[in-house]
Amino acid sequence: MATKREYEVVIIGGGPAGLSAGIYTARARLKSLLVEKGVTGGWIVNAGVVENYPGFADGINGLELADAMQQQAQKFGLETLTAEVTGLELKGEQKVVKTNEGDIVAGAVIVAGGSDRVKLGVPGEEEYTGRGVAYCAVCDGYFYRDVPVAVVGGGNAAINEALELTKFASKVAVIHRRDELRATKILQERAFAESKIEFLWNTVVEAIEGEDTVKRLKLKNVKNGEKSTLEISGIFVTVGFRPNTDYLKNIVNLAENGTIITNEKMETDVPGIFAAGDIRSSSIRQVAGAVGDGAVAAIYAEHYLARK
Amino acid sequence: MSKSVEVNDSNFDQIVLQSKTPVMVDFWAVWCGPCRMVEPIVEELASEYEGKVTVARLNVDENMKTASQYGIMSIPTLLIFKGGAPVSNIIGFRPKAEFKRSLDAVL
Repeated sequence: MATKREYEVVIIGGGPAGLSAGIYTARARLKSLLVEKGVTGGWIVNAGVVENYPGFADGINGLELADAMQQQAQKFGLETLTAEVTGLELKGEQKVVKTNEGDIVAGAVIVAGGSDRVKLGVPGEEEYTGRGVAYCAVCDGYFYRDVPVAVVGGGNAAINEALELTKFASKVAVIHRRDELRATKILQERAFAESKIEFLWNTVVEAIEGEDTVKRLKLKNVKNGEKSTLEISGIFVTVGFRPNTDYLKNIVNLAENGTIITNEKMETDVPGIFAAGDIRSSSIRQVAGAVGDGAVAAIYAEHYLARK
Repeated sequence: MSKSVEVNDSNFDQIVLQSKTPVMVDFWAVWCGPCRMVEPIVEELASEYEGKVTVARLNVDENMKTASQYGIMSIPTLLIFKGGAPVSNIIGFRPKAEFKRSLDAVL
């Protein structure tokens, strides 16, 4: 059953960017709706401790931070809808946000839908998801106590996962297709100092194999083509993120990697459509950036709505 | 008033395996963010399916025997039991509609 609702601002995505925008628009007394298909809070819900969000010298638990943001937004009257956005249509100056729970008409839209994890796309990955193939060390590391595991990737996410896993696993093999890490210096230092972590450079995973659960990986060295087998009980995939912009392909200007191009006011090339957080091309992919983006987008959305 | 039943290593057999109606078991832990997100949905389902499906929750930290018996390696995991054996599973946080589909499939 399709029901139609009307709001001054519709915010797509309930992570820190969306919640920050919601706090601002709701507090500005704009009738606001935040649409989130899954977990409000975004990726920090899986982060364990967030160390670098300003204001918390001893760090703060990701879930706690997300909860606090959500409660703050609700306090100012932000409404939320659990639904997945499937399209965005422009009808004159009105924006129609299409979801699996009906259409929502908006005066302004703030797209803060973030990104999803990129999968390896190798044989065995789908089959063994939840039985040795995992995407979150904080969530699942507990189930890999005293066994060897692997982490695939070379960025911050991969190194964070590897460090988290040393609390549980007997050994952590970091598999990276190049010979140096992209991760930030402080994380690299910690990883290199950790005796449980070993690095397999210039290596990619070709297949994930096992019986009931994962038992081994088939690897290939991309420099010399050499193949090998690694016996492990779990593989954590952290090879990148894909922006959630499929439904925006012909609506707003996207960069080649699918992220949304905005100016410093978080404006896209369509008046009244703004973007905030990881989904933006120049996003720094940090909570501090996301909440900043959200606030900026909210303020300019307010200006846009008041322009007449 | 929570409609879901708390199960543990001691009463799992009686409440889940011996049940005449299907039982959905939510395997969770205190430190698992997505599990806490699934909790309100699980409680809603417990009310909506009252009488047709028993909705139960098992804390994996306190009940490792049952958790490892069913090969739980990722949480949240929801296992649906019918006739004493798991017939379907849902791993990770999913929209409520997906849980309902799995429940409706066993009724």
